[in-house]
Amino acid sequence: MEELIEKLKVQIIEQLNLEDMEPEDIDAEESLFGEGLGLDSIDALELIVLLEKEYGIKIQNPKEGQKIFFSIKTIAEFIKENQK
Amino acid sequence: MVYFRSDNILSSLGTTTEENFTSMVSDKIGIISIDDPRYYPEAFPASIIDQTTLNKEFNIIANKYSNNDSYTKLEKMLIVSIYNALSKTDIDIKSSRSAIILSTTKGNVDLLSSDKKNSYDSKRVFLWKLGEVIQEFFKNPNKVIVISNACVSGVLAINTAAMYIDFGQFDNIVVTGGDLISRFVVSGFMSFLSLSPSACKPFDKDRDGLTLGEAAGTIVLSNNPDPKQQSIIFKGGATANDANHISGPSRTAEGSYIAIKKALRQANINPEQIDHISSHGTATPYNDEMESIAIERHGLENVPVNSIKGYLGHTLGAAGIIETAILLEEMRQNTVVKTAGFKESGVSRPINIIDYNYDKEISTCLKMASGFGGSNAAMIISKV
Amino acid sequence: MNKLTIKRYCHIKNNRIYVDGELMYAYKKAEGLRAFAKSVYRYLKPSYNRFFKMDEISKLGFLAAEVLLSDFGKSTYYDEDVSIILSNSHSTLITDQEHQLTVDDYDNFFPSPSVFVYTLPNIMIGEISIRHKFKGENTFFIVENFNAELITNHINSLFLTQKSKAFVGGWINQSESDYEAFMYVVSADGSIPHNTIEISRLYKLIS
Repeated sequence: MEELIEKLKVQIIEQLNLEDMEPEDIDAEESLFGEGLGLDSIDALELIVLLEKEYGIKIQNPKEGQKIFFSIKTIAEFIKENQK
Repeated sequence: MVYFRSDNILSSLGTTTEENFTSMVSDKIGIISIDDPRYYPEAFPASIIDQTTLNKEFNIIANKYSNNDSYTKLEKMLIVSIYNALSKTDIDIKSSRSAIILSTTKGNVDLLSSDKKNSYDSKRVFLWKLGEVIQEFFKNPNKVIVISNACVSGVLAINTAAMYIDFGQFDNIVVTGGDLISRFVVSGFMSFLSLSPSACKPFDKDRDGLTLGEAAGTIVLSNNPDPKQQSIIFKGGATANDANHISGPSRTAEGSYIAIKKALRQANINPEQIDHISSHGTATPYNDEMESIAIERHGLENVPVNSIKGYLGHTLGAAGIIETAILLEEMRQNTVVKTAGFKESGVSRPINIIDYNYDKEISTCLKMASGFGGSNAAMIISKV
Repeated sequence: MNKLTIKRYCHIKNNRIYVDGELMYAYKKAEGLRAFAKSVYRYLKPSYNRFFKMDEISKLGFLAAEVLLSDFGKSTYYDEDVSIILSNSHSTLITDQEHQLTVDDYDNFFPSPSVFVYTLPNIMIGEISIRHKFKGENTFFIVENFNAELITNHINSLFLTQKSKAFVGGWINQSESDYEAFMYVVSADGSIPHNTIEISRLYKLIS
């Protein structure tokens, strides 16, 4: 799980163009879309692309995304549950 | 004064404004399921122009010009539409007092794909080159003015044409617009999860995204009225940016509100004088909600409003133009067309969505448009 | 009637920034737009995370506006009275090619919304609008070469129809081999008259 979380941090920084961020800067439990990283609706869609590209998991409904993408930890948990 | 002299719509519902209008009032929808791997790995709904029919129409016109050159699908669409609109007037397109304004978001975007790259000169993918091809076909002495401003391009092009005519730069301007169904655009919108799996439902509580459409439209504006018909004139128009987000509309309809405000100001009319509104109505959850807010903020919630996108989908660069052409036909027939795809309102403001065709005296109308980049446009037209 | 004037102008080319004809910044390395834009960002320090989400041409437009508007008297104008009228020849070709690559091959098919959204030239107008809170008129023209008469006339007409009091105008282009920005502020309180001859002259000032 820890390994997946670290890998996710690197992937997210790259996919979302979070310049100047290092994996250490992101807390695995902090809310991604709130005050912390301040991600927006396009970032949420990019996370959907990331999940499909890197983990083969397809999310059809963006509303599902809200719960899954709450934090790096919730994303990691979702991947562990759904990865084929 | 700037007069609307003629107009044309080229789409899956017909090759003239009249044909399209008649199809719409007869409940015909031009949206079908496209199952063609050229465009997308899975089937998706869209309206599309049949290439064989287009070639036939185009060849007749090309023969009249003794023109054997090779033209792309979009170029043929635009040329056919312009020709049909012009032929209803006596305007001399070869005069330096006539100009062409082209509205398109992506032009010959299909030429970007690896299999099409070598079929035309590499410059053909440039929108200014597309304009040049049109200019040369019709032998107009002025460079075609190309406006590419997302989905407000069409309304913006009409506003711009009216402004240039008003200032005496030109006597006649042919405003034309078009965009293609392409893998480029379909996959882009799919990545936004903004395409509905079925024909779109503007303003509906079950609306779930937009439908793309392929069309070309033309509107001819002039400082000379047509003595044979009742004149409809341009009264005012404006664009405004939300200054909020590059893809989602302002939650308070900021830009749309300002654009309508400025259009009303230029038209020198009060909102009470608006008889009918043609909205942008793409059927995405956010757009339609935003427009309902803009409408209510201006006290226009009782004014009958429709969206045409349920018939032909969102035709991008053509949208503002073909929807204005339908608006003009509604005014000529004093009939408002129902919002195809709409059953029950799903927007928070109590706006008056047209859900069946009916007769109404319509004299002064508002056209709305919005697009990526936070852009919004409004235009007011009325009978003289 | 207030006459329009050119209040300030800037050129960005050859990895250099010129404001009102004077060199303001030069990037020492001979690298492309991406690296140059990053170095300008570090130099200007606008503290604006959105910057890194933009494609290269939007970054170029954003940075040109950043140097141009650093002391723009925003309080003098209502937000709806400042308009942005831009142009170029290539639209968003470089980003278009990037998006096309993600959809060419169905075995490697990953269209990205953050790339696709930048395949419209007016998005840079959106980015500038968001940064500076400008809510006025927007128009993006596609022309083969910078057309001073087209934009000047457009701006003057919008001014005379009272739809806008101040303008950001210009040419922001990125081709496969090069990039170029020429951007200027038009308002009533500048020192150079706003007309086609002056705009044309200023455009050619830096070659």
